[in-house]
Amino acid sequence: MDNFQMIVLLLDATMRTSTPLILAALAGMFSERAGTINLALEGMMLGGAFSAACVAYYTNSHWLGLGAAVLTTMGLSLLHGFACITHKGNQVVSGMAINILMSGLTALVGIALFAQGGKTPALDHSARFQPITLPGADAVANVPILGSLYSELISGHNILVYVAFLAVPASWWVLYRTRFGLRLRAVGENPGAVDTAGISVVGMRYKSVLCSGFLVGISGAYLSTAQGASFLSDMTAGKGYIALAAMVFGKWRPFPAMFACILFGFLDAAATRLQGVILPGIGEVPVQLVQALPYILTVILLAGFIGRAVAPKSLGRPYVKER
Amino acid sequence: MSDSIQLPRWIDVGVLPLMNLVLAFLISGLVVMAIGENPTEVVRIMLYGAFGYEEAVGYTLYYTTNFIFTGLAFAVAFHAGLFNIGVEGQAYVGGLGVTLAALYLNWLPFPVMLVVAILAAALFGAAWAYIPAYLQARRGSHVVITTIMFNFIASSLMVYLLVNVLRPQGSMTPESAAIDENLTLPYIHNMAAWFGIDMASSPLNLSFVYALVCCVLVWLFIWHTRWGYAIRTVGANAAAATFAGIEPGRYIIMAMMISGALSGFMALNEVMGVQHRLLIDFTAGYGFVGIAVALMGRNHPFGIFLSALLFGMLYQGGAELSFEIPTITNDMVVVIQGLVILCTGALEHMFRPRVTKIYTAWRLRQKTQEAA
Repeated sequence: MDNFQMIVLLLDATMRTSTPLILAALAGMFSERAGTINLALEGMMLGGAFSAACVAYYTNSHWLGLGAAVLTTMGLSLLHGFACITHKGNQVVSGMAINILMSGLTALVGIALFAQGGKTPALDHSARFQPITLPGADAVANVPILGSLYSELISGHNILVYVAFLAVPASWWVLYRTRFGLRLRAVGENPGAVDTAGISVVGMRYKSVLCSGFLVGISGAYLSTAQGASFLSDMTAGKGYIALAAMVFGKWRPFPAMFACILFGFLDAAATRLQGVILPGIGEVPVQLVQALPYILTVILLAGFIGRAVAPKSLGRPYVKER
Repeated sequence: MSDSIQLPRWIDVGVLPLMNLVLAFLISGLVVMAIGENPTEVVRIMLYGAFGYEEAVGYTLYYTTNFIFTGLAFAVAFHAGLFNIGVEGQAYVGGLGVTLAALYLNWLPFPVMLVVAILAAALFGAAWAYIPAYLQARRGSHVVITTIMFNFIASSLMVYLLVNVLRPQGSMTPESAAIDENLTLPYIHNMAAWFGIDMASSPLNLSFVYALVCCVLVWLFIWHTRWGYAIRTVGANAAAATFAGIEPGRYIIMAMMISGALSGFMALNEVMGVQHRLLIDFTAGYGFVGIAVALMGRNHPFGIFLSALLFGMLYQGGAELSFEIPTITNDMVVVIQGLVILCTGALEHMFRPRVTKIYTAWRLRQKTQEAA
């Protein structure tokens, strides 16, 4: 296989690995832009993946699975909101609680329902999201370079991949070009001013966590019914935290966050391919180093060595009306 | 919140946390019912599994040891207003310190080794906590995010070291060589045997005693030293601390390093006391349980001891449970743990307004009666 083909395949894999990251990073952004820290991405993703796999298995419909995933994660978002917004509980603690709870609950219910050690049964073809061949992909497949880029890289993914990449401009538009987005960002920076303008801070924050839940639900469904064919216990394996890192890395903005997700997705895709490969001039690359790179890069960024990541001003602070 | 009155201490640290805990257990009971099992039966098996026989008590206290260390670790950082989510990673790296000391200084006599191992665990754990602490104190990066990142970095680093460096030649399993028998921590049942007391064998070892010592030391440190005072001041109000001449950055770093050292001590129990070698993922989530333990124990060493005991009981009882009822695995304990963090941590204020209202009404009635 020539180098060009290999790079195309690697980028192709990057598209698939970065999809759940992009959705989850956008989810985190909606919540955090409005001032609610969302550490619960990992747990919500897990819950979404589990519901999607279960419902898709029983109904044989991936769309119903997706719906169930979104409902689950929006429910979890409400729980997070109930603790953080209504009761002004600690947002970090609430997020960790949801992560731990879902890690246990999905495994427990999975065993109770299917008795397969926490797995769900493998899904049929019809119960999964299938690759879509974009128009003209087959026709241009033989055109050198551009043709194979189109047919291999752009075409042939399932619909959720396209949804994830389209969600980026959509989120940008919502956040920066609509009244809703302006209010949402204002709530995260200066809730007092928003309150003075007669807009409910609590209402806005609830809406923002619901947006967050909606998006992370899709990423959960992607893991178990599009990329994979069943739910495995702890199948998110830290993806929620990587998405969180990507969101921080992208400085709480949609497009930079997407690029961070693509970078982290690329590292993930490269790590699996670099296992035991000896690169000329470098020697064997420790796979663990490649796997740890997203975290190391994020720490370096946070330390202020690659520009400055400034969080929304009221992030993590519950809004108290009278002081 | 101007019209509310101060609740008395017994409600604040007694009744309210208890109500939250009961709520967590009630929801856990509902979960058990939802998967078609009988909650009272589950409670009976768990209690028997945790305290029903001598060996079980040993196991319960062995788990308790881990939770005391991780709970104390989280609490010390919390007193400085910091969320150290990185206890897990710090304990993992602390294990590296213990292992390196025990493997490469194996000519030391045991009493010296004991001190060296404690120092190594503290040093490695504290070092791993230092970087996030420094970044928080001096460059303003949020400690929650950096410690989460450091957990993952620790995990990758340790896998690399275990696979490529520490694994003995010819071995296929990624774990370190075994620690010399003379250098491992004595089991409590063996120590009891020296005095002619017969005890069932269990993994409970000397580190349990050290955990209790640490409880006392942390209590002395936080409430009876000027550093502890400074740390609490920084945690309560960093701006006020600055005005009082306490430099927050210094105490943020101090609190995090002590937190890291306490996390590292968990490795004494696991690596030097029980496994006698460094295993992949030996921390097994105990660091995260520490969050629940500290929150439930209200960040006070005595409270931490009690809640560590409760979690020790849950872990050991949960192990028994998975033998008796195959549909309920250890994951049930994880669920309970999540619910406890949710109810006693995130929802800690849920009952407060109502309880305050009831208490105020009760006091008012008493006063009018006294007046009459």
